[in-house]
Amino acid sequence: MQVPLSAYLILSAFLFIVGVVGVATRRNALIIFMCIELMLNAVNLTFLAFARFLNSMDGQIFVFFVMVVAAAEVAVGLAIIIAIYRNRETVDVAELNLLKW
Amino acid sequence: MELVIFTGLALVAALAAMLVIVQRHAVYSALFLIITMGALAGIYILLEAHFVWIVQVIVYAGAIMVLFLFVIMLLDIRREQDPWTPPGRGRILTALLLSVVLLVELGMAVAQRLVLPPSGAPSVAGGFGTTQTVGRLLFTDYLFPFEITSVILLVAMVGAMVLAKKRLT
Repeated sequence: MQVPLSAYLILSAFLFIVGVVGVATRRNALIIFMCIELMLNAVNLTFLAFARFLNSMDGQIFVFFVMVVAAAEVAVGLAIIIAIYRNRETVDVAELNLLKW
Repeated sequence: MELVIFTGLALVAALAAMLVIVQRHAVYSALFLIITMGALAGIYILLEAHFVWIVQVIVYAGAIMVLFLFVIMLLDIRREQDPWTPPGRGRILTALLLSVVLLVELGMAVAQRLVLPPSGAPSVAGGFGTTQTVGRLLFTDYLFPFEITSVILLVAMVGAMVLAKKRLT
């Protein structure tokens, strides 16, 4: 029995929603960042599912580029978090409110 | 058989993803995220993405998550006493509104049978998803984005080094 496309899409949507809930709810900047990576993985799954079911390699090439950009983004984002920690001694985003009026 | 494998991997991925967001310590979240990525790599095998699942294991789970763990250890994060932001009234209202919208949409989709029927995947070419095919495409049709990604990586490297180095007074 074949796995239908909708199964992959439902799993991808579920992972994306879990990532969004994590970003919206948690205060630790590192866990927020991990939930962003979770969302990127969910999108990768969507791309690959459609690439398979539409018999097109474009989806897989795009997943490759998504992974490259995710790696670059993680490097820069973690450097920013380290710089913030060095200045404020915390990674709690609730305490990063210097720009709040 | 494929359905059994997919169901098992999907359950592992979904459960590990839910566990990522509820942990009090960041290290456990990172480890559950690695499990999620591993389960997703297994699902990518089912989707004939032979190059992508290897890259996922080596780069995503093997380099990016290791970088995460380095930073978590470096910053010496403690257990969080109160990890969840307290929900204000506006936040609860927004969440309820969006949930209602989502449920109505799902109901409409199910009622109009917009969920695709299990008609099975079309047969794909012999070299679909192999490293050869991806490599050939990257050096012919997608050459320009490929070269741009090398510039992106260089910029990210320089940026991360500049941001994270200590001040030289």
